[in-house]
Amino acid sequence: MNISLRLLSVLLCVCVATLCRADEFADLVVKLNGDSFSEKTEAVGGLHRLDDKRVLPVLKAMQDGNLFVVAEAGQIVIGKESGEGYEVQSVLDNSPLGVRTKSQLEKIKINNGLRRELRSLVAGLELSAKDPDIRRQSAINLIKNPDESLRESVESALGGEKNQAIKSLLHVALASIDINSTDTVKRKAAVAILADAVQPEAVAMLEKVAAKDPSGHYLEADTELASTAEAALIRIQTQLGIYKFIENCFFGISLGSVLLLAAIGLAITFGVMGVINMAHGEMIMLGAYTTFAIQQLFPQWLEMSIIIAIPAAFLVSGAVGVLIERTIIRHLYGRPLETLLATFGVSLVLQQAVRSFRANNVAVITPEWMSGMWQINGALSFTFNRMYIILFSLAVLALLAFLLRKTYMGLQMRAVTQNRAMANSMGIRSGWVDALTFGLGSGIAGIAGVALSQITNVGPNMGQQYIIDSFMVVVFGGVGNLMGTFFAALSLGVVNKFLEPFAGAVLGKIIVLVFIILFIQWRPRGLFALKGRFVED
Amino acid sequence: MNESLKSLLKKTSLALTISAFSLSAAMAQAADTIKVGVLHSLSGTMAISETTLKDTVLMMIDEQNAKGGLLGKKLEAVVVDPASNWPLFAEKAKQLLEKDKVDVIFGCWTSVSRKSALPVIEEKNGLLFYPVQYEGEESSKNVFYTGAAPNQQAIPAVDYLMKNEKVMRWVLEGTDYVYPRTTNKILEAYLKSKGVKAEDISINYTPFGHSDWQTRVAEIKKFGSAGKKTAVVSTINGDANVPFYKELANAGVKAEDIPVVAFSVGEEELAGFDTKPLVGHLAAWNYFMSAKDPANSAFIAQWKKYIKNEKRTTNDPMEATYIGFKMWAKAVTQAGTTKVDDVRDAMNGISVPNLTGGIAVMNTNHHLTKPVLIGEIQENGQFEIVWQTPGGVIGDAWTDFLPDSANVVADWTAPIKCGNFNIKTGKCSGQNYK
Repeated sequence: MNISLRLLSVLLCVCVATLCRADEFADLVVKLNGDSFSEKTEAVGGLHRLDDKRVLPVLKAMQDGNLFVVAEAGQIVIGKESGEGYEVQSVLDNSPLGVRTKSQLEKIKINNGLRRELRSLVAGLELSAKDPDIRRQSAINLIKNPDESLRESVESALGGEKNQAIKSLLHVALASIDINSTDTVKRKAAVAILADAVQPEAVAMLEKVAAKDPSGHYLEADTELASTAEAALIRIQTQLGIYKFIENCFFGISLGSVLLLAAIGLAITFGVMGVINMAHGEMIMLGAYTTFAIQQLFPQWLEMSIIIAIPAAFLVSGAVGVLIERTIIRHLYGRPLETLLATFGVSLVLQQAVRSFRANNVAVITPEWMSGMWQINGALSFTFNRMYIILFSLAVLALLAFLLRKTYMGLQMRAVTQNRAMANSMGIRSGWVDALTFGLGSGIAGIAGVALSQITNVGPNMGQQYIIDSFMVVVFGGVGNLMGTFFAALSLGVVNKFLEPFAGAVLGKIIVLVFIILFIQWRPRGLFALKGRFVED
Repeated sequence: MNESLKSLLKKTSLALTISAFSLSAAMAQAADTIKVGVLHSLSGTMAISETTLKDTVLMMIDEQNAKGGLLGKKLEAVVVDPASNWPLFAEKAKQLLEKDKVDVIFGCWTSVSRKSALPVIEEKNGLLFYPVQYEGEESSKNVFYTGAAPNQQAIPAVDYLMKNEKVMRWVLEGTDYVYPRTTNKILEAYLKSKGVKAEDISINYTPFGHSDWQTRVAEIKKFGSAGKKTAVVSTINGDANVPFYKELANAGVKAEDIPVVAFSVGEEELAGFDTKPLVGHLAAWNYFMSAKDPANSAFIAQWKKYIKNEKRTTNDPMEATYIGFKMWAKAVTQAGTTKVDDVRDAMNGISVPNLTGGIAVMNTNHHLTKPVLIGEIQENGQFEIVWQTPGGVIGDAWTDFLPDSANVVADWTAPIKCGNFNIKTGKCSGQNYK
């Protein structure tokens, strides 16, 4: 009897405990939809303290904005987008509840403070995830918001981690927690680890330890620690200086490649044919809008849309170019002023046409493989879209050079532009060649538009932003010379990016312009002047 | 030859007679209508933003006419296109007031366009409703400012970041022209008055249409990793915003780490972004499309029906246009006339419901009382309202945070009757405070 009573009470206890736990989870989940953000934050903290497998998916869904309340039932669910609505499942037992429309669900609001909290909590829970990318990201997130309460999970994750790169990130994460502890041994070890890190967060922590008051004494009580930190900082600063230089070079080359792309079509229409085409920028714009159109027409091929858009944009802009050449420019050869005015008119017409379609600023989506960055180390990273654009611009340049130098069509183009009468008498239909050359230049501008749609806005005015820069590059590089355009674009890009940190963007641009004006005074034909009889015409 | 000349003459005279008839008919009709001038750019760079406001005014006119017009007369819109060309704003304003004899003008977006039209409107004693947030430091007898003054947008936004996000370090990033420069001057003075040190404020300007943000974003990242919570206050204008946010997204600057609060990015601008990587970045306005209020839902439905496009958004300057129009209509009804002087007197203290569930009041300094909302960008291109002022904030024409204008007030009722009255010297200086 006694035993059975005891057994009963134990059973009861267990029952109550599990019931309590289940209830606690359910209670806290309901509180996630509280009235104030502080109430939600509290509930999130409470959930995190529970040892329950269901917590991580809930917190993650909340962080990603996938946690909803079903309008009439008040039930809290995790949603997954599917077509027009959401496929939802209960947070309590993960049972699927079918598809709900957007109007049936109300998203649980979070703000930045809550998002930050969720990020470090989820990072702590995901330190032992299977996917190394998730573990890496979790470690980085922990460095950003060191949290004393997560120390244990970092330590245990460190024990099990095999990946060296993640391991060193975890060490930094641990050190950034320990540096604020009261234990001198721990702090010393933390400074030693941070001294080898280049993350800006780590540098900031060392700076805090090595901070001095105006009279030159360390603010830190442990002066030995402070001087170690200071010595480490001096070393890190030189290292960071080198990274800064590499980064500036990359920025410059990247800006240069954008300039090259924008100018390369003009190098043909203006450089080779001598037509001052003020509508060049609008050809870029048409290319960018083609990208948008492709994304709208084939939403299922979003990842590939950029690749499909390249030939499409070439055809669209090229066709418009041929049309402009046949209808307007053809009648104006040898009259540069009229050509300038007529093409300027064309550019205004094209801009307003886009506005009339109400296709103002449109959102061109960046495919997954072009987003994000390549993190080389804590201090140095290159964005993917910029890297692809650099490679792309070089490819376009190489292809164009091949076309002009090595193909029969290129030969005809060069022949017509160098001596029209002679080319005519050799049996070349110069009218057709003119149209094709102009079409080629415009088509390349269209391709540039595809690339530019990935880094800037696509709107009716986008062409105007590039027209001046394009002329600048072509004139600076030497009219009629592809290599000149290449070097001019790259050098202007690099110079601009090295000036910007000191002079600011506005003054930097002015300095570059003044430099080009002076340079053109000195060498009116640009960097790489063409030589030969036909130059004088 | 002779025959054809004769027939040509005949035709011309016929055409002339017909046009004379129709002209007189038009004039006869004109006497029976109230003319509403619309001075918004329909072409050029500003067309993107301003065409929407033109459509809003036309929609409001249609609605008013469906209710029987005003004072028993129908309203008639006179739309002109100043083509984003600032001097043309003055010319078109003159045309509206002299030739078309409009009773009221709704128009302008940029400050420079307003400053251009202002002398004409004051000289001809016209009436302008200006619906866009601006840098303040102005109050004209002939203008009603229904957009936000700096204390209705910039200052509450900074307060929010300071209080809720514990921001201690500030990057003031702007396009190089008058609105960002004045706003940043005010913000700098305000932040310093709150104890922020000079080394914790970084102010930077970039040219119009700046498209290469790599250096600036790298520098913001660096400035923000000094161990103190950092935020960016952006007065970047128009086209430069998209490349800026794209660079932020690619460089991994998350709202959790360095939030960006913008004063010129609304729903219409977000339509040009892929907002997924930008969730959590902020904007401060007096209206968001996502505001939950029956009046707002009705307005959105009316707008989508009028423009025949389910995907069109509404934004803050549209609400300001809505409030301005409703106030003008109410003032005309109260005054019983469209005469500018009478309508202006009736405007003082007039109130209409706004679209976010409160009441907008026109103050005697010609600025509105309205609530300030802070919204976070969502994946769907909308803003989620995360904070709002408990009541309305009275628009302050002259900021209290610049020493030059701290002593200046605007009050268009007796006894002051002045747009820039210096309370220290007791004098009313000219329109432009120097």
